[in-house]
Amino acid sequence: MTKLNELSLSAARDALRAGETTSKDITEACLTAIDGADVLNAFVHHTPELAMERAAAADARIASGDAPAMCGLPVGIKDLFCTKGVPSQAGSRILQGFLPEYESTVSQNLADAGAVMLGKLNMDEFAMGSSNETSVYGNAVNPWRRGNDDAPLTPGGSSGGSAAAVAADLCLAATGTDTGGSIRQPAAFTGTVGIKPTYGRCSRWGIVAFASSLDQAGPMTKSVRDAAIMLEAMCSHDPKDSTSADIPVPDFEAALTGDIRGKKIGIPKEYRMDGMPGEIETLWSEGIAMIKDAGAEIVDISLPHTKYALPAYYVIAPAEASSNLARYDGVRYGHRAKLDQGDGITEMYEKTRAEGFGPEVQRRVMIGTYVLSAGFYDAYYNRARRVRTLIKRDFEQVFAEGIEAILTPATPSAAFGLGEMTDADPVAMYLNDVFTVTVNLAGLPGIAVPTGLDKQGLPLGLQLIGRPWQEGDLLNTAHVLETAAGFVAKPVKWW
Amino acid sequence: MSIDETTAARVAKLARIKVEPDALPALAGEFNTILGFIEQLNEVDIDGVEPMTSVTPQMLKRRVDQVRDGDQQAKVLSNAPDAREGFFAVPKVVE
Repeated sequence: MTKLNELSLSAARDALRAGETTSKDITEACLTAIDGADVLNAFVHHTPELAMERAAAADARIASGDAPAMCGLPVGIKDLFCTKGVPSQAGSRILQGFLPEYESTVSQNLADAGAVMLGKLNMDEFAMGSSNETSVYGNAVNPWRRGNDDAPLTPGGSSGGSAAAVAADLCLAATGTDTGGSIRQPAAFTGTVGIKPTYGRCSRWGIVAFASSLDQAGPMTKSVRDAAIMLEAMCSHDPKDSTSADIPVPDFEAALTGDIRGKKIGIPKEYRMDGMPGEIETLWSEGIAMIKDAGAEIVDISLPHTKYALPAYYVIAPAEASSNLARYDGVRYGHRAKLDQGDGITEMYEKTRAEGFGPEVQRRVMIGTYVLSAGFYDAYYNRARRVRTLIKRDFEQVFAEGIEAILTPATPSAAFGLGEMTDADPVAMYLNDVFTVTVNLAGLPGIAVPTGLDKQGLPLGLQLIGRPWQEGDLLNTAHVLETAAGFVAKPVKWW
Repeated sequence: MSIDETTAARVAKLARIKVEPDALPALAGEFNTILGFIEQLNEVDIDGVEPMTSVTPQMLKRRVDQVRDGDQQAKVLSNAPDAREGFFAVPKVVE
């Protein structure tokens, strides 16, 4: 029999509405699972009292016949979301002790829909990383292992705690955020589903900013149906975020018809990278065959500027980060360094930021400062923004030719070992996002779906990229791929 | 374009991050690796291409010009490392 914490959102929702279980029971099962999984280091701030309070309220709502979409469903929230009265420190030392006086719009939307928050989830510091190794809380650990090898693996990043928690059934689902692949890469590394919606679908208000023109929140779930349910609950037009889209949020779950006959699915030749592992190549070919068998038309396409997406990203994202992170100055919130006799305000800033930011964040803030500095602004920042225009245009052109979705690998490899990349240069880590980063630069929706295992037994995922605002259609294609792949593997419990 | 230790120190200063002198050579090396990677952008023909300002074609909204909230001094100061008499306290700024 399935334990309550192992349920999907949709199964739990249906069981709650049918009166077969209670939110209190599901929430308790999750809290017990969390208590037994300290070694995964997924939950970094626990809120059991708050969870039980919300579960009781949800049970009362269900009993009264008022059961909104997420009513009574326990979820984890990435540490990047500000949650009122609950520590929210973006995985950084500089926000140690910070207790927001307000709630992010996305987590408020989830609460309004009846969701139960279990606690806050580990992540790379300020979402800068692809392995969760830059977190002030220490590494989150992937519940998956390479066969009988007990070497700890990364759950990916930056939403590593979210991915580990969902894969290990510590919660039914979790929020993530994605600036260059931070939802989709960890989803692929843990055999879970993660969708980054179109830029503007989810309000960014109350989410600690990394790169504002790229950041989007999204759900990390156990199935595509769950992604549809939770995404709909997270999305809204929000006057507090001027880039939030003022368009209706459709019923995403209703879009899951399972019918993609006649749809044109593009296969971009530029994603066939030199040195791509054979297993990724095979996974992709199998995915193409599944989509074709479902009646879609496979079309070879070209996105010629793909190669330049990562270098453009590593100008634009650090530039925006250097500006966004200027607010951490030791004055209004978070850490302030102890000062020596005679230290003035500049020493306070410099010491506070040196102590509060980890090495990767410092590196990116400084790179961003450099590319925005006098004399380099045009050569780096403006050039990158012009290349970004071209990357978006590549997508616009294939969509104009009738392509409805694009199928690619999600990551260039399966999950790697924690510490394995320590001696590599920073750029080697950046290559993790090679397939995902184009989607952020073009503002498009993208979803990672688990479709297979590698020879070591680790999950691998494919990515589908959709047209702007067509998340429903994208989720439907992903649902077809998920059904055809029949991915049901779960990590063997060792923790 | 190669970054030397002097440039690395200047960037650290601009970013208001204290970097000890003995850490500068390694930092300059990392900057050079990253900037070397970024140099690929020089291969792209960007003639006549506008820099992107907004990824989705939307007019930036304006809010109504009216007071919506306020009088939240305690909340605003609640996370301050040093707050005194209703203000954020900082070291001396002007001599």
